[in-house]
Amino acid sequence: MAGFKIRKVFADDLGANNPVFAQVLGICSTLAVTNVLKNTVVMCVGLIFVTALSNMTVSLLRKYMPSRIRMMVETLIIASSVIIVDIVLKAFLPDVSRQLGPYVGLIITNCIIMGRAEAFALSNPPGLSFLDGIASGIGYSYVLIAIAIVREIMGSGSIWGYPLLGDWWTNWSIMVMAPGAFFMLAIFIWIVKGIRDKEEGESS
Amino acid sequence: MSEGIAFYAIFFAAIFTNNILLTNYLGMCSFLAVSREVSTSEGLGGAVIFVMTATSVLNWLAYHYILVPFDLVYLRYIVFIVIIAAFVQLVEMVIERISDKLYASLGIFLPLITVNCAILGVSLFMVIRNYTFFNSVFYGLGSGIGWTVAIIAMAGIRQKMARSRVPKGLTGAGITLIIAGIMALAFMGFSGMIKIT
Repeated sequence: MAGFKIRKVFADDLGANNPVFAQVLGICSTLAVTNVLKNTVVMCVGLIFVTALSNMTVSLLRKYMPSRIRMMVETLIIASSVIIVDIVLKAFLPDVSRQLGPYVGLIITNCIIMGRAEAFALSNPPGLSFLDGIASGIGYSYVLIAIAIVREIMGSGSIWGYPLLGDWWTNWSIMVMAPGAFFMLAIFIWIVKGIRDKEEGESS
Repeated sequence: MSEGIAFYAIFFAAIFTNNILLTNYLGMCSFLAVSREVSTSEGLGGAVIFVMTATSVLNWLAYHYILVPFDLVYLRYIVFIVIIAAFVQLVEMVIERISDKLYASLGIFLPLITVNCAILGVSLFMVIRNYTFFNSVFYGLGSGIGWTVAIIAMAGIRQKMARSRVPKGLTGAGITLIIAGIMALAFMGFSGMIKIT
């Protein structure tokens, strides 16, 4: 039973219920940090950590929280885990921390984390909530990383900071700027939705 | 310190060249969810302008008079989010008492605002860029107006688009993002006019 539940959690968060595609949540940071792959990966690790930790904490406290102030309590829990991420980044990866700037702090208002806390952690035991946090974090991350790879290759001709395409490549500066992010995410959503609609059409 | 930048430069930069939504991608969630009709967008926009200006004032005071002197800067995320949430709650209660009409038009949007990343984002940017008090006020006001301009324009486009045929997979979020991209392109035309970092 437990194994089945865990598998269901992962399948849901990575596929059908993927926070970025299905619910279009938390895309502020999707767009902002995905122009360079390295920053994106750091951001994703931070996000997975915060989602998992805050999901678990909310779940542990779920029986003691008065429901009127639960949003406030959840926000505080999330903010404390974000502070941990921020301090760790400042200590070990000062360059990345400076480039990410306010977007680390903005993990707090990332709707995915709040959404998981509300929808999952409030009604499930801590262990499962922790795994759900990791799963939805990963579901979010792979979308971000895919977008970041495309944007960095096309925008700077490199990957993870190493030149990949050489001199003949003219950088599409639009890809590292704001419009490129909007277009990329729209194209990704288009592809995923197209595949999904096709599958539904075949199964029905 | 950025004392060299005049407040009106910051104000206009926040609306046009550094639009919080189109260049910093903040406040996207409510932007996508609410931009279906012009009238609701106007309501939410008004609430955002008000809350953003007021919270950037409060957060500036809290940061420079409480957090910095006591060496508690690392607590800023918690302090900012608590101030924003408390302020929104307060405004909601006050509006409910004073004016039914205003509450009906603005009240439903207020809870949405607490989780609007743009509000927290403005406070964080203002601290990182070391704005003076006066500049912060105008930065908050300008960002709010910029966000409102963007969401109302988007709502107008989406209302017109209701009658056009969009490719099936793009309906909803997809096409909205593409429009946002085109709008961001248009706003890039303003860049170079004023520069703030």
